[in-house]
Amino acid sequence: MTQLPASTKKKLGLVIDLDTCVGCHACVISCKEWNTTSYGAPLSDVDAYGADPVGTFLNRVHTFEAKQEGCSAQTVHFPKSCLHCEDAPCVTVCPTGASYKREEDGIVLVNEDHCIGCGLCAWACPYGARELDKVEGVMKKCTLCVDRIYNENIPEEDRIPSCVKTCPAGARHFGDFNDPNSNVSILSAARGGMDLMPEQGTKPVNKYLPPRPKADIVPELDVLGPLLAQNEKTGGFLGWLDRTLEKL
Amino acid sequence: MHPAPSVIIFTALSGLGFGLMFWMGLGLPAVEGTTAAIFAVLAMGLATIGLLSSMFHLGNPQRFLRALTQWKTSWLSREGILSIATLGVFFIYACLWAFLDNRVVLLGYLSSVMAMGTVFFTAMIYAQMKTVPRWNAMSTPLLFLLYAAGGGALLAAQMTEAMLLLAVLAVVQAGAWIQGDGAFAKSGSTIETATGLGALGKVRLLEKPHSGTNYLMTEMIHVIGRKHVTKLRVISISLMAVLPVVLILLTDVGHMVGGLLILLHLVGLFTARWLFFAEAEHVVGLYYDKR
Repeated sequence: MTQLPASTKKKLGLVIDLDTCVGCHACVISCKEWNTTSYGAPLSDVDAYGADPVGTFLNRVHTFEAKQEGCSAQTVHFPKSCLHCEDAPCVTVCPTGASYKREEDGIVLVNEDHCIGCGLCAWACPYGARELDKVEGVMKKCTLCVDRIYNENIPEEDRIPSCVKTCPAGARHFGDFNDPNSNVSILSAARGGMDLMPEQGTKPVNKYLPPRPKADIVPELDVLGPLLAQNEKTGGFLGWLDRTLEKL
Repeated sequence: MHPAPSVIIFTALSGLGFGLMFWMGLGLPAVEGTTAAIFAVLAMGLATIGLLSSMFHLGNPQRFLRALTQWKTSWLSREGILSIATLGVFFIYACLWAFLDNRVVLLGYLSSVMAMGTVFFTAMIYAQMKTVPRWNAMSTPLLFLLYAAGGGALLAAQMTEAMLLLAVLAVVQAGAWIQGDGAFAKSGSTIETATGLGALGKVRLLEKPHSGTNYLMTEMIHVIGRKHVTKLRVISISLMAVLPVVLILLTDVGHMVGGLLILLHLVGLFTARWLFFAEAEHVVGLYYDKR
């Protein structure tokens, strides 16, 4: 059970476009809603209206700032959920066989009826994709909405993960990475889809598209500098002011 | 990592229990009858208390038998199976020894190998974690084995062996601390590799995903007590190894001094084990700009 399949027929996963994400957290909320009302144990909240609320989420949006010396900073919203790794370390450490990677589509799932809640899989995951539910005592993780994508009771256009369906910016894409002509394969190839922490050797399936180079990321503006430089040449009032101030 | 009392007690006490089993498997201490029974109960008691304690941090402990099924890939599963098997083999060996005055030497050797194997498997649960660079080293199983053999020798009243093992343990522990201090940097994981944004410049967390805390942060990110690390290391190594070695060298160890030695070692061991968890930094902390 906890042996990883040598290969999977499909390689379902997400492409997350860091250039497009606006950081609205709609994916976080829709994920929480869908996964609280369907697959497995609900995602509990403890002390939800109290002083120290804490809850289980399968998707969280961090916001980072990247800054090059002498340039203005760039803000990047960064949604993070399970990457459904090919070499998923969370699966092999599981002592019960509750964690498994599906051979048919590569989705990493937890059989909650077998999970003893030891938390070792969460330790093994470099990405923080697994959270132990405080109320149920079982490990929760992204299922890639396995109960939506194959669900024939919902309209065909809804058979995509909840986070993808809800994203108002179109920053999330779902598809099969084994198919070179799929939307995700094409997007990832065109935009340089990258792995998170490749040095961990997990071979993540989900890819992140780096932000496109920004035209306005330029060396930091010296507000007075150009003005003074100009007036050194032209003279005039500012030139006089500059010379006078210089003498003081 | 969060230094949960359940895992500290588990690794410390089960290590001592299996360590004592290792020596008893070799026929040491050379006792018989009731005395042998008392030593055997001590060994099995420590191991059992440790193993039971590990179940306190489970979300669904009633399903623990399922943890014995995935020995092909999981060190935790292997540890569970071998620990139970070791207790079984040792129990038979100890019964024959104490009650029938028939110490089966081969069964003893088997118990010794299995006891040390269990300690090794326990250590591998931690040493396999690539996500915790401080643990992800061969020094982790070596340390666990030395703690078990050294502490076990103290319990088995094998003072010469204890002295030698504790001296080696002190050196290896100090080396592991020093090596561990540079392990995270050496692992190559940074906030830039975690986010993939290194090409854009220096990365920092601007805003957390939520204002409060979460499971990941309470479990993997432990920053309390780090400022006392040097003091705690000195206290730990002094109590668990240096003082016992000095006392063994300078005194004729009887029951009183022997008890004191074990007490000192125990306090030092628990301090070291607390540090083992509290000092370990998980790479997920990079996403929270905290380690």
